[in-house]
Amino acid sequence: MSAPRPYNAPDTDAPTGHREVDPVTGYDTTGHDWNGIRELNTPFPRIVVWALGLTFLYSVVTWVLLPAWPTGHTYTRGLLGLDQSEAAVERLREVDAVRQGWLARFDDPDFTALAADRDLMAWATPAADRLYQDNCAACHGFAGGGGPGFPDLRDTAWLWGGDPETVAETLRHGINAPDPDTRIAEMPAFDWLDRSERRELAAYVAALPTGDATHDSPAGFLFAENCEACHGAQGGGGLMNGAPSLADAAVIYGQDPGTVMETLRVGRRGVMPAWGDRLSAAEINLLASYVSRVSENGKGGRE
Amino acid sequence: MVGTLTRSERRIGIVLSVSLGLLGLGMAAGARHGVMAVHGMMALGLGLALIFHIGGALYDEPEPAPGRSGRYYDAPTRFGIGMTLLWAIVGMAAGVWVAALLYWPEATPPWPWTSFGRLRPVHTTGVIFGFGGNALIATSFHVLQRTSRARLADALSPWVVLIGYNLFCAWAVTGYLMGSTQSKEYAEAEWYADLWLVVVWSVYFTLYIRTLARRNEPHIYVANWYYLAFILVVAMLHVVNNLALPVSLGAADSFTIWSGVQDAMIQWWYGHNAVAFFLTAGFLGMLYYFLPVRSGRPIWSYRLSIVSFWGIVFFYIWVGSHHLHYTALPYWAQTLGMTFSVMLLVPSWASAGNAIATLNGAWHKVRDDATLRFMFVAAVFYGLSTFEGSFLAIRPVNSLSHYTDWTVGHVHAGTLGWVAMIVFGAIYTLVPQLAGRETMAWPRAIEWHFWSAVGGTLVYVIAMWNAGITQGLMWRTYDESGALSYSFIESVRTMAPYYLLRTLGGAMFLGGAVICALNCRATMRAAGGREDAADHPLSLHPAE
Ligand code: HEC
Ligand code: HEC
Repeated sequence: MSAPRPYNAPDTDAPTGHREVDPVTGYDTTGHDWNGIRELNTPFPRIVVWALGLTFLYSVVTWVLLPAWPTGHTYTRGLLGLDQSEAAVERLREVDAVRQGWLARFDDPDFTALAADRDLMAWATPAADRLYQDNCAACHGFAGGGGPGFPDLRDTAWLWGGDPETVAETLRHGINAPDPDTRIAEMPAFDWLDRSERRELAAYVAALPTGDATHDSPAGFLFAENCEACHGAQGGGGLMNGAPSLADAAVIYGQDPGTVMETLRVGRRGVMPAWGDRLSAAEINLLASYVSRVSENGKGGRE
Repeated sequence: MVGTLTRSERRIGIVLSVSLGLLGLGMAAGARHGVMAVHGMMALGLGLALIFHIGGALYDEPEPAPGRSGRYYDAPTRFGIGMTLLWAIVGMAAGVWVAALLYWPEATPPWPWTSFGRLRPVHTTGVIFGFGGNALIATSFHVLQRTSRARLADALSPWVVLIGYNLFCAWAVTGYLMGSTQSKEYAEAEWYADLWLVVVWSVYFTLYIRTLARRNEPHIYVANWYYLAFILVVAMLHVVNNLALPVSLGAADSFTIWSGVQDAMIQWWYGHNAVAFFLTAGFLGMLYYFLPVRSGRPIWSYRLSIVSFWGIVFFYIWVGSHHLHYTALPYWAQTLGMTFSVMLLVPSWASAGNAIATLNGAWHKVRDDATLRFMFVAAVFYGLSTFEGSFLAIRPVNSLSHYTDWTVGHVHAGTLGWVAMIVFGAIYTLVPQLAGRETMAWPRAIEWHFWSAVGGTLVYVIAMWNAGITQGLMWRTYDESGALSYSFIESVRTMAPYYLLRTLGGAMFLGGAVICALNCRATMRAAGGREDAADHPLSLHPAE
């Protein structure tokens, strides 16, 4: 820092007269001095004037063309007459028109005919995949593999059925969803059973998939008495009433003794949302054929 | 602190501390439980601590030597710089942590206060208000006194400003952790904290004006114009955006008086002018002082600095609506925001150009002196991010960039590259002077800091540019069939490598800030007796 000069020194801050000249730039200083800070009296750069003019011109042209200035109750509309809501709606209509070109085919749920039309399916499957990712993956997983509480859609174990008609029905009305025609599937709580009985049952259920369960046992009788009505003889399922088979490898919540104990204590009532209000009939049919194909292909889902 | 106050000032200080304690007690008693009660207890605790601190020294510590009005009052600046560094570490660490959470969301601990939604505003408030705000206040006191050649108008109000302001920041940040928020970005703190800030800010403004009125220079240096614009406009923005009705006087909840699209417009008028007057005008004040001081060069063009000041102040106020392109905001308001943003580029670049041209004749110093290099890089990033800002404000460009991480990249080019760099430049200039030394304690560490800061910024910004443009393209690409080509979740998963890089860049930047804090502490501990004989007010004003 150079030593400050008192402000009333004769050679400073005079608009004219003697000023210091900066040796580097050759410009003189304004004469102001703040604790050693000085300013050059550089002329206003031309390019800044030009740039200001240019951006101002851009703005004026834009104001003339587009909606720009408010005038009390209304605003200047602009020569192009653009309206952003109209533009947005128009654009949506355009995209929708392209989509309807092929999506309309799915209005008619003749799934055999649809599946036979290979060109159509090749065209539609990527769209179905995106629809699945955006609406279903959050619960059923990217690849349809499900997770605790959410069934696997790729396997052949079904609660309600995996043919496209049934899947479409499940999608339309959901399971335990706030929809008048929803599918109802409730696993009641068995908290009224003795804890020791529940423990035996749990061990029995956990052994079902591996085939190690002894059916001729107290637990086997308890099961026949309380559970068969929904889960089928020896837990074999197949009633398509929303209660899963307990004898296959597929699980929703888990079939280890601990989780089964929890299931018996609190009951289960998984909710699958109803999509009838959110997706169009054609989209639901598209998804239904997509889901049942993913399952047909076994583990041939995405990834 | 107390040693710089006269006995009567200490007594007033105790009265003020008692009032603060009573205010806190009132809040705690009125609220009984919840966030406001905790905040009341915090104020009460602070009040009591101050009473003991001042009271303990009331008669024991000697009074300042009679000649104190013949020197500048730097104790508040020293305290402010300390708080700046503390908040830098808190705020940046929170930022690095939430950046990591975006890459490893599973790492979120099970406690509510550690959730992303609560920690994110801790980061933004911590760095903008905690780090940036303290740096602005601390340097403004220094610059104001030097360029006015006058001592601060009184000795108590700088402390009221700094302590009160930091109480506001602490209330805000702890409130978010407890789940209290107004849900307005960069204005999340609840109504009583907002009112408190109004009081603090009025004291700040009054102090600034009173000191300026005592100046011994005929002209007001341009840095002070910028600092004043910062103080004045931030007050206006803060009051208007935070107008709200509390649910009750004993609860930390309120409803904003704005609704619908007006609320959105007010919020972004505030939000963008927080960028303009908090994160730009104040820091330009810093640049206009510390750059010529450090480089020993005169400001390249006096005229340019005046024209860009008025250009920036005039154009900025209009541009907030560019945050609401393609929304329910009327098209005409969007057009105005867009065009004024484009015109704003010229004064912004004029400022950046003026700063860089000032370095003509000092390029060898830029090469050798990391402190000056911080300021040079700041000016370059200022130019870069103002160009980017005007570009992103153009509606069709915005349709690609909006809601993507490009915006995040843009903000960080400005905050890391420009705001933080100029702060570090100022700190490295100021701290040796405050410590009465020629240089920092570890001059080499400034180089390390410089390179980790520049490297961190580049990694961060480049990762976010790529991330944002990728996202924008993925969201707008359609198949021939008229279906979107990518599901949303795919665009999220694509971000993983960029989010990892961002975390890395942020960590580098944080590392630099930690080095800086340690270096400053070592410097203050090794204080010397060096004094600049010329560094004093011009004529003596009694300090009342
Ligand atoms: C909010 C989570 C959630 C979402 C989103 C969701 N599901 Fe489900 N879904 C479930 C649950 C839970 C079940 C099992 C209900 C039960 O346990 O009884 C289920 C069951 C099903 C079933 C019946 C399986 C069977 O074995 O019969 C099908 C088919 C199905 N979902 C398809 C879909 C499709 C297609 C979508 C996307 C449009 C979707 N789900 C979205 C939660 C969800
Ligand atoms: C009223 C019909 C009904 C009865 C009776 C019934 N269940 Fe269920 N159970 C269900 C339904 C429906 C589900 C699927 C619930 C869901 O997915 O939310 C289910 C699910 C289960 C599951 C979870 C399967 C998995 O994959 O996670 C277990 C275990 C189970 N039941 C065991 C039993 C046992 C043991 C009994 C007898 C004590 C029993 N259930 C009686 C209807 C029944």
